[in-house]
Amino acid sequence: MASDIKRVKGDVLLEIKNLVIDGKSDDEWKPIIRGIDLTLKRGEVLGLIGESGAGKSTLGLAGMGYARPGCRITSGTINFDGIDLVAASEETRRGLWGSRIAYVAQSAAASFNPAHHIIDQTIETAVGHNIMTREKAEADARDLYKRLQLPNPDTIGLRFPHQVSGGQLQRAMTAMAMSCRPDLIIFDEPTTALDVTTQVEVLAAMRNIVEQFNTAAIYITHDLAVVAQMAHRIMVLRYGNLVEEAPTREMLKQPTQEYTKSLWAVRKLQKPETTSDDIILNIDGVDATYGGGTSKVLDNVTVKIPRGTTVAVVGESGSGKSTLARAITGLLPPSKGTISFNGKALPAALANRDRDTLRRIQMIYQSADTALNPRQTVRDIIGRPLEFYLGLKGAANDRRVVQLLENIELNESYIDRYPGEMSGGQKQRISIARALAAEPELIICDEVTSALDQIVQEEILQLLMKLQKETNVTYLFITHDIATVRAISDEIVVMHRGKVVQQGLKSKVLNPPYPAYTELLLSSVPQMDPDWLTGLLAKRSAKV
Amino acid sequence: MSTDTTAPLRNIKARRTTLENIVRNLKTAPVSAWFGMIVILIYAIFAIFAPWLAPHSENEVIGKAYEHGSSLALLGTDQIGRDLYSRLIYGARNTIGIAVITTLVSFLVGGSLGVLAALKRGWLDQGVSRVVDAFLAIPVLIFALMMLAVVGKSVVNLIIILALLDATRVFRLSRAVALNAVVMDYVESAKLRGEGMGWIVFKEIVPNILPPLITEFGLRFCFVFLTISALSFLGVGVQPPTADWGSMVAENKTLITFGNPAPLYPAAAIALLTVAVNFVVDWFLHKTSGLRDGK
Repeated sequence: MASDIKRVKGDVLLEIKNLVIDGKSDDEWKPIIRGIDLTLKRGEVLGLIGESGAGKSTLGLAGMGYARPGCRITSGTINFDGIDLVAASEETRRGLWGSRIAYVAQSAAASFNPAHHIIDQTIETAVGHNIMTREKAEADARDLYKRLQLPNPDTIGLRFPHQVSGGQLQRAMTAMAMSCRPDLIIFDEPTTALDVTTQVEVLAAMRNIVEQFNTAAIYITHDLAVVAQMAHRIMVLRYGNLVEEAPTREMLKQPTQEYTKSLWAVRKLQKPETTSDDIILNIDGVDATYGGGTSKVLDNVTVKIPRGTTVAVVGESGSGKSTLARAITGLLPPSKGTISFNGKALPAALANRDRDTLRRIQMIYQSADTALNPRQTVRDIIGRPLEFYLGLKGAANDRRVVQLLENIELNESYIDRYPGEMSGGQKQRISIARALAAEPELIICDEVTSALDQIVQEEILQLLMKLQKETNVTYLFITHDIATVRAISDEIVVMHRGKVVQQGLKSKVLNPPYPAYTELLLSSVPQMDPDWLTGLLAKRSAKV
Repeated sequence: MSTDTTAPLRNIKARRTTLENIVRNLKTAPVSAWFGMIVILIYAIFAIFAPWLAPHSENEVIGKAYEHGSSLALLGTDQIGRDLYSRLIYGARNTIGIAVITTLVSFLVGGSLGVLAALKRGWLDQGVSRVVDAFLAIPVLIFALMMLAVVGKSVVNLIIILALLDATRVFRLSRAVALNAVVMDYVESAKLRGEGMGWIVFKEIVPNILPPLITEFGLRFCFVFLTISALSFLGVGVQPPTADWGSMVAENKTLITFGNPAPLYPAAAIALLTVAVNFVVDWFLHKTSGLRDGK
């Protein structure tokens, strides 16, 4: 453990100078980081933001002197408290990792060993580096659990990783990183996989503990509102270059660079609210269960979807919103209730639906990586529904594929590409084109933007809205992202634990008075205001 | 939108064809893979063009028994005076041919059952998997010996028995890799589109599990090939007078004690082909599994 004398706030702890990191792709070395300087003082939290591929994770890991397999540090220096991490031996670096520099990864579930108790993994480094005895380390871990506001701090460590929730596990991982009282912690998108309501708790706990121990931190994220709560200073990265660097408040108030401004502007998309009396899909009193009726995932769900509008279904994971989609598509026949489409009852099971009914309801998935067959070209992917539903073959099929590609703002040069040869946003566009090819009346969008960068999200949402205007298609938009809902929906359905909490027009649901759960959900969405988290916590504790 | 015309909307630029891709890949192949491919090619040429390449026919007696190599018989003669070199060439045709057919049949049976089990799950998966488990508990060679004794020694029986025994192993692999593919959204998407079983299996799943299956094909071919040779050596595989490497080793095995290398030639032919196939499979596996050279 570093002595307290060394923990004077304000000293420079990490200094990276003119760093260049190359990554190998297709047997060629290409720069990922192109000459970046970074300085971090003790007790300071630095936010790194940018789109995927901006190099933020690579830069964050470089702060530990680590380059991922397939990456190499080509030039520049990384000076950590007087130690040159580039020149240092592997052994020196390994000695620092865990004890003086710690890392908190995005997916705690993937980072914990499922076969060991949480506490054993929390103290592994401290005991392994001979910093503390086992007893002392365990007592310390329990103290950390308490400081991180984990429930039952004395016994939670005896559980296995799968026995605690995702948010709790992420906090346990922060405790693991803290166990040696490191000088520097690198948080790599630690809350990206969490629900908003859980995210608030985790953010508060992490910010709190970093402050208590005066630890310096690098916080990597693509979420501006989150970084606004956590960081003292923000660096915006793009294509491996530094775009802009400033203290958080200054950066939020007046970004100087065009790119930074465009990041800030994303959330301003707003669709005027429309509605219709023509109900395309009527879900009436639907129950659905998994595993032979033991657990009810949908409980008396009633939702009406007007034609030509966008109905957003929001809720946390486990709220039943994806199950609702499965019930509508027939993958999970409801155990009770009816679903009618265009006034006619839909056969419950997929196998009993005719081809034309299937054509009218299409689905777009969250991850285009798994939704597009990696061994099919764009021509096969988009051409298949054209052939299957509309009987288009040969040149006529090709022609329509090119038209659809132009509808989704791509062009004919993509027709022979495989999904692996396109970017995330392009792949999602292909998914949209595949759904459009069937000329559907209803498209179910299951978290279609949550795997994408913010700027790409915006483009996809705008495309979806443009297509709605052109074809009057109805969207059922499943998401956990309130910002997206605000932008594109006409009506909102709030779900919680399999039940519909509230349904209504956007203007009604997003404005008071709220039912209790809607209020919790809405108030948990991070705002761009750096005082938001502090204010929220104060408000919530005042209520209790 | 008008789709009445079939004239292309835009000119589509041609991209790299499959052939060009193969050539590109071959250019980066390591020496071991090249060695393997050349050896396999030579074997294939000999097997296909045996009647033209062999100086004598398969069963023609050209001299005395156990003669050493000469200008008449390049590698000498066997126990009844047939040309060893010619029999080696015909042996390639018989042994490799039988092994290829056997492996193909086992992949057809095991592969389709495996994918179907992964897709359907439920009783089909349970039923087939348990039967396969039972078969896997019995050593292949002993089981094959027993079955051949029961149904009689013939090439067709040999192929059927070995193919079925091998299919159990293919089933296990194809089921495992197909399980990873059937949970993908693109399979769900095809189901939602209303696609039939044939399309889902052959267009959505099989292309994605092909690389491990092709690799396994190479390895299984080697095992089948060795098993056939072993069975022939034991006298229950390919029957005389048909030339076969396994039985050729058996027929001439006593010669080794007299310093005559005759039994070594077919044995070497078996070993070389096995090594060659493994080299190619290794390269292919490396190429398709996305294994990159570590740091």
